[in-house]
Amino acid sequence: MLLSLEPRGQQSRAMLWFSPLLAAALTLLCGSLLFLLLGHDPLLTLHTLLIAPLSDWYGVSELLVKALPILLCALGLAVAYHARIWNIGAEGQLLLGALAGSAVAVHIIDWESRWALVLVISAGVAAGAAWAGLTAWLRTQFNANEILTSIMLNYIALNLLLYCVHGPLKDPEGYNFPESAMFGDFSRLPLLSEEGRVHAGLYFALLALVAVWVLLQKSFLGFQIKVLGLDRRAAGFVGFREKRLVWFALLVSGALAGLAGVGEVAGPIGQLVPQVSPGYGYAAITVAFLGRLNPLGILCASLLMALLYLGGETAQMAMNLPQAITQLFQGMMLFFLLACDVLILYRPRLKWKWTKRTATQDALA
Amino acid sequence: MSSSTPLARLQLRGITKRYPGCVANDQIDLNIQAGEIHALLGENGAGKSTLMKIIYGVTQPDEGEIRWHGETLKMRDPSMARTLGIGMVFQHFSLFETLTVAENIALAMGRQAGTAQQLEPKIREVSKRYGMPLEPERLVHSLSIGERQRVEIVRCLMQDIKLLILDEPTSVLTPQEADELFTTLRRLASEGCSILFISHKLGEVRALCQSATVLRGGKVSGHCIPADCTDLELARLMVGDAQGLETRHAKVSGANLFLQVDQLSWYNPDPFGTSLKDIQLNVRSGEIVGIAGVAGNGQDEILALLSGEQPLPKREALRISFAGQPVAHLKPDARRQLGLAFVPAERLGHGAVPDMSLSDNALLTAFQQGLVSKGLVKRSKVVAFAEEIIRRFAVKTPNAETAAQSLSGGNLQKFILGREIMQNPKLLIAAHPTWGVDVGAATAIHRALIALRDAGAAILVISEDLDELFQICDRIGALSSGKLSTLANTLETNPVEVGRWMAGQFNTDAVLS
Amino acid sequence: MDIDLLSNIFFAMVRTGTPLLLVALGEMVCEKSGVLNLGQEGMMLFGAVTGFIVAFSTGNLWLGVMLAMAAGMLLSMLFAAVALGFNANQVATGLALTIFGVGLSTFVGAAWVGKPLTGFEPVVIPLLSDIPLIGRMLFAQDLLIYLSFVLFALVAWVMLKTRIGLIVQAVGENPDAASAMGLPVLRVRTLAVLFGGAMAGLAGAYLSLAYTPMWAENMTAGRGWIALALVVFASWRVFRVLLGAYLFGLASIIHLVAQGVGLSIPSNLLAMLPYLATIVVLVLLSRDPIKTRLFAPVSLGKPWQPGH
Repeated sequence: MLLSLEPRGQQSRAMLWFSPLLAAALTLLCGSLLFLLLGHDPLLTLHTLLIAPLSDWYGVSELLVKALPILLCALGLAVAYHARIWNIGAEGQLLLGALAGSAVAVHIIDWESRWALVLVISAGVAAGAAWAGLTAWLRTQFNANEILTSIMLNYIALNLLLYCVHGPLKDPEGYNFPESAMFGDFSRLPLLSEEGRVHAGLYFALLALVAVWVLLQKSFLGFQIKVLGLDRRAAGFVGFREKRLVWFALLVSGALAGLAGVGEVAGPIGQLVPQVSPGYGYAAITVAFLGRLNPLGILCASLLMALLYLGGETAQMAMNLPQAITQLFQGMMLFFLLACDVLILYRPRLKWKWTKRTATQDALA
Repeated sequence: MSSSTPLARLQLRGITKRYPGCVANDQIDLNIQAGEIHALLGENGAGKSTLMKIIYGVTQPDEGEIRWHGETLKMRDPSMARTLGIGMVFQHFSLFETLTVAENIALAMGRQAGTAQQLEPKIREVSKRYGMPLEPERLVHSLSIGERQRVEIVRCLMQDIKLLILDEPTSVLTPQEADELFTTLRRLASEGCSILFISHKLGEVRALCQSATVLRGGKVSGHCIPADCTDLELARLMVGDAQGLETRHAKVSGANLFLQVDQLSWYNPDPFGTSLKDIQLNVRSGEIVGIAGVAGNGQDEILALLSGEQPLPKREALRISFAGQPVAHLKPDARRQLGLAFVPAERLGHGAVPDMSLSDNALLTAFQQGLVSKGLVKRSKVVAFAEEIIRRFAVKTPNAETAAQSLSGGNLQKFILGREIMQNPKLLIAAHPTWGVDVGAATAIHRALIALRDAGAAILVISEDLDELFQICDRIGALSSGKLSTLANTLETNPVEVGRWMAGQFNTDAVLS
Repeated sequence: MDIDLLSNIFFAMVRTGTPLLLVALGEMVCEKSGVLNLGQEGMMLFGAVTGFIVAFSTGNLWLGVMLAMAAGMLLSMLFAAVALGFNANQVATGLALTIFGVGLSTFVGAAWVGKPLTGFEPVVIPLLSDIPLIGRMLFAQDLLIYLSFVLFALVAWVMLKTRIGLIVQAVGENPDAASAMGLPVLRVRTLAVLFGGAMAGLAGAYLSLAYTPMWAENMTAGRGWIALALVVFASWRVFRVLLGAYLFGLASIIHLVAQGVGLSIPSNLLAMLPYLATIVVLVLLSRDPIKTRLFAPVSLGKPWQPGH
């Protein structure tokens, strides 16, 4: 029996959305096998990982708290990826946002004005955008590959953050822990309810969701970004300004990641710590692809990703599984997604007998 | 049947090849004798390419058999074909630009033939014997198109060749170079080598080939002896209803100057590209000017400069002007506002975004036609505009949401041209407007261009197809190595003279005066 | 600066440059064949953790090295299946491979963090190692470094002097023509990807078995990415890969030099240097897009399927 692929000739719209679901299902299947190998009951483990965290309202609110930064980063990445600008730097842009927001916040701990929060958030957004702007500058001015520069900037951002929490931003009264002082109340994002930790960052995320949706689906600017991504030569032929679009896409991307970062320190954390982000910026890459670069798809995918993060923590506590299970599932999901995407352009056929050698069979060879 | 004729070198019986959505070859029969120059004639899309790929083992037929010296066999892959003595010269050369001539040949010949250095003496010898001088140690990217073709042919001749297949070999040559090629081919045939010559140019087929098989829509529409047929008879075999083939469009002389190009020189930093020298060109409203030339002589560069994809610095703004207004420094969108429309050479990936729908592709260049307001796309207007193009230019497509890449070449070209014409341009620049397009669509495109001319637009057509240029253009010139000949009235010149210009034989002083 | 310090710097430069050299050689061959595999970081990490676990459990360092290479190949096989077999976007697939490799290595290695292991020790070659300046650099290293010299020579010979090198280059430049010529494009590319995987696995094993004999999460610290930049820096030429790898090695040990000279700079700031150097190099090398295009394999990163 052989599996062969036949070109469909045109994209299958159904598969466009079925493929992420299939990828998620295959990830669960593979995960179960892995648990079985490790001697855990697969159903129980999956329950601990994916269902138990949502058993109460606190769990749901934690899910939202974790989904916010991922959603913001992924929305920004979607804008860049539509232009085929492979910004891998959401993590660094997020860290810089957190760092800049904190740098402002620790200096205005005593302020008792709404402007404190505005200032902190703006600093974070601006820093995230500026960090992405570096990538844009290197790319437009020097033609340097944005994948490599943005990832290098991630490492630099992390070291900058570590330097700051060990040095200039370290809380002088913090018993030498590498942490900043706690922010003043007026620099914190207010909580939305008494229960849980859901904070006003939710409004920012919803606003960003709508804005990115309008940008990508309705605006001419979004159209230009898509043309640039699909066909650089066509964009040049009609006179779309490539450099401006690259700048725009990266600045939006960075600003949203910066917002995510400052939202973490001004929201649930309340101070600058070395582990601001457990890899949200990288998770956002998977989320952006899983959500098909579509804002609504990304919303769903970021909730799923947040659930994985939450479940990873639960599984570590309840079953002593390494927390890296989150990343492992992330990687598997992205892999399966890319593999399943073959179904968008090709139709699988099972053949019972090896008959003729065809070009499509060569494709599988 | 085969018993009555001498045993053919190659026989095809009932070859059928299906692709999703079309039958590329349908029950094709073909015989080629030793030492015979056999033409495979047909329009674009008639199935010639598929058939020769089957002979050369690149693809396998779904049905039918191949007999080589009477023996039925299955052509597994190109290396098997080469072992049998079948060589092939592709239309788009299968050469590696970063390797030397000798390395390219060594790679194709297989390990047993020896290394590049070992092959060099033989390459010199073979190329000299057939009158195709080559330097084996040169890198291919430094060779001209004609030289590259020689590499391809020499590569086939290096081994004991029994059948040489050439796919539209003259499409990249000047008429004079083509004559030299024919001399080589006749010599090869006289030594017993069979030649399968694929073409859609009737004149050269009659000059060179002893027999011909004509394909139409994937089927054999007839066998004939080209020397005994008129152009019209051959054309009828190729396209069936030969309506439109004989159309001659009236020549006009145009009104006011619209496009003026004044001593345009441009240094191309790209080592693979061509630099332009002192281009002098003008196009009047209401006339069609044609520029002939073999690809790679500066066509891409001149198009990029005229369209604005490659704007010049502001101090050189005067080099190009539209109705007296300097534009050489402007970007494409600014030039479009002044009345420019542009049909690039590559339909997919330049003139249209392959993955986008037709309506999105309409928006691509027509966004200045009130399809965008306050930064938002007016979707319903865009769709209406796209549907209007589809209706007026008879584009065959299910609807305006179909992806551009799923249209046939001819239909997509009608759409792109329609998109530009619907914007009422004052100047239309079209590159290779009918390249790879079936006859029906080509006729429609020519009519649309003439209609636009008669409506008063200035039109510049850049094409490699001399027949096409003579058919539709009022004035004509040729590009060679980045230089443009003077323009002559089409009625006062002839293909032979333009062919000389294409080879660079024109008085540059005359251009300047 | 005295000669001992220089000799030490050269010695450390080669040690630090070796993992970069190994990955970059593999990736260069892979890119020459037209495939861009961004998964180097993931493959290295998985190689590192596999090598460590095997060597720790069996006590056999060489078995660790072999299985580390197999581990790298295993991951690269996944990449080949998805990117070459299923025609997926190579950038996205490479990213997926890195995310997956990071997760997998962290998951698998969780129980092994910080365990002690006696790794490869230097094998000093008498006499030769006494040559001033370069003696220690070339002749007082561990066996894996000697192996890297051999592998470098082998790759250089194959790529520059043999038919295999021609084939890889041809496939990377124009797969359509190569296929029409009868070259098995997908097979060549798959083998190149597998070779890249094995080299990345070996580089990982070098880190966890020789350079710092231990396992720590993300211990490659971006070397897989730096190697990708290195291939650009080398404009896909094998001798420049060697030069680049050692130069980057030098950039990463500047802190040693700084300490040697008595400068005190916070370690976190010094740790940025290799990454900054990477950016600077990318800028210097990519400034001229035409030059980059001249050297880059023409069909790099473009999916290709037979029969189109």
